Amino acid sequence: MNDTRYMARSAAIASRPLGDETMVMSAASSTLFTLDEIATLLWESADGVTPLDEIVRNKICARYDIPPDVALRDAENFIQQLAGHGILLISDKPLAAANSSPRETR
Amino acid sequence: MSALAAEMAAKALQMGIPLSVQLDLTYRCNERCVHCYLDHRDHGEMATAEILDLLDQMAAAGVFYLTISGGEIMMRKDFFEILEHARARTFCVKLKTNGVLIRAAQAERIHALGVQSVQISIYSHRPEVHDAVTKMPGSLRQSIRAARLLRERGVQVIFANVLMRQNVRDYSGVKALAAGLGAQFILDPTITPMMDGDRSILDLNVDEAALREVFRNEALVGNAEEFCAPPQGPDADALDSLPCSAGHTACYVSPYGDVYPCVQFPLPSGNVRSVKFADIWRHSPQLNEVRSITLRDMPACSQCTHGGTCTRCPGLAYLEGNMRGPSYQDCEKSFARTGIASENLKSKKASSQPFPSSQLIQIQCLPPAEAIFNAGTPPESAANA
Repeated sequence: MNDTRYMARSAAIASRPLGDETMVMSAASSTLFTLDEIATLLWESADGVTPLDEIVRNKICARYDIPPDVALRDAENFIQQLAGHGILLISDKPLAAANSSPRETR
Repeated sequence: MSALAAEMAAKALQMGIPLSVQLDLTYRCNERCVHCYLDHRDHGEMATAEILDLLDQMAAAGVFYLTISGGEIMMRKDFFEILEHARARTFCVKLKTNGVLIRAAQAERIHALGVQSVQISIYSHRPEVHDAVTKMPGSLRQSIRAARLLRERGVQVIFANVLMRQNVRDYSGVKALAAGLGAQFILDPTITPMMDGDRSILDLNVDEAALREVFRNEALVGNAEEFCAPPQGPDADALDSLPCSAGHTACYVSPYGDVYPCVQFPLPSGNVRSVKFADIWRHSPQLNEVRSITLRDMPACSQCTHGGTCTRCPGLAYLEGNMRGPSYQDCEKSFARTGIASENLKSKKASSQPFPSSQLIQIQCLPPAEAIFNAGTPPESAANA
């Protein structure tokens, strides 16, 4: 079983940093989300090609005192939530092509 | 506004971030609406490269909500290049258009680009009324076609209904039309002066009786008793409150690069052709003056019983000559809503000063809509506006 997960920001969202948070708006549902500092790190790292465990190890655990297994479990729960709202795409294969332009997906 | 959106707005205010910008791409238009406040001639619009650079600057400054408006936005041949760039910079984009130039291909692109909403101006559900306002035969049919094409693709559509003498009886019909298409509906009861200060189009404003009827229509305002409740006068919190978001978390950029606090507040505050957007936002003396004004600083409004609840627009007050003063149009709206005259209205009446031409109260009764419009021909006053 391949546990490697890739994530990419949906092209059908609007987003902007605001201080240490990030505002994210879904075009489909007009729902506004705010991501806190750690969630923003995950969001900004969601390039579709970097595996989630690598992001957690290099961006989260390197900065915060969180055990890697706990951080990974929390991150997986978090990205599932965002995927449920359609603002993040998750795959077991790299996703870069799916997020290259707002025109390609919604 | 949701609680979360309000929280973000409060944070942006604290941080001095321009959360919302309206960018007008052009003042050119394919319609000639009787109430329009714009000069439709092109006096030197920003080129494509200037606009794309401005979008980059605005994204860097923290702008999130971007309203792209005009004029008619699709009169610009580079419209989709601009829109594509805006979405690539992840703005939350709202378009304002009459929809006349939107066919299936354009609707498809708007959908694919992830536009948040498209606001289409609809003045009546009756072609003879709508088309007489726009002075463009067939325009209602084309605007509705655009709305349908967009809705078929899942794009959020909003019908904006500006209320005026010509369509005073039709807002319920427009609301029903919107509901039938799955579109939202907003009603704007305010005609604004021309941007050059010409106030003649204010004669199109509806009379007080019509406004009173709107304010008591629970399908529009919710609980009418609460909405029209007598004001209690401003408390200490209200006295320290800010008039609106104009200049605080929002501003407007014209097709010529001029920055104003708001599209309805044409106080020249800088030009992005000579100064960076962020520098204008942070350092413009005009914007900083606007930011310095609280209700406490307004001699008339701070003493008025409506002070805490009035929808006073500082831009309309500015257009009436004093950004710290009352706005007649809003005084009259407060009166129509509550039946209680503002201090400004009382003092004008006491001194027997004539009301300015901006008055909402029409002495002459309105003829029925059928009599106003004759086979699609606008009334003389409108045709000359």
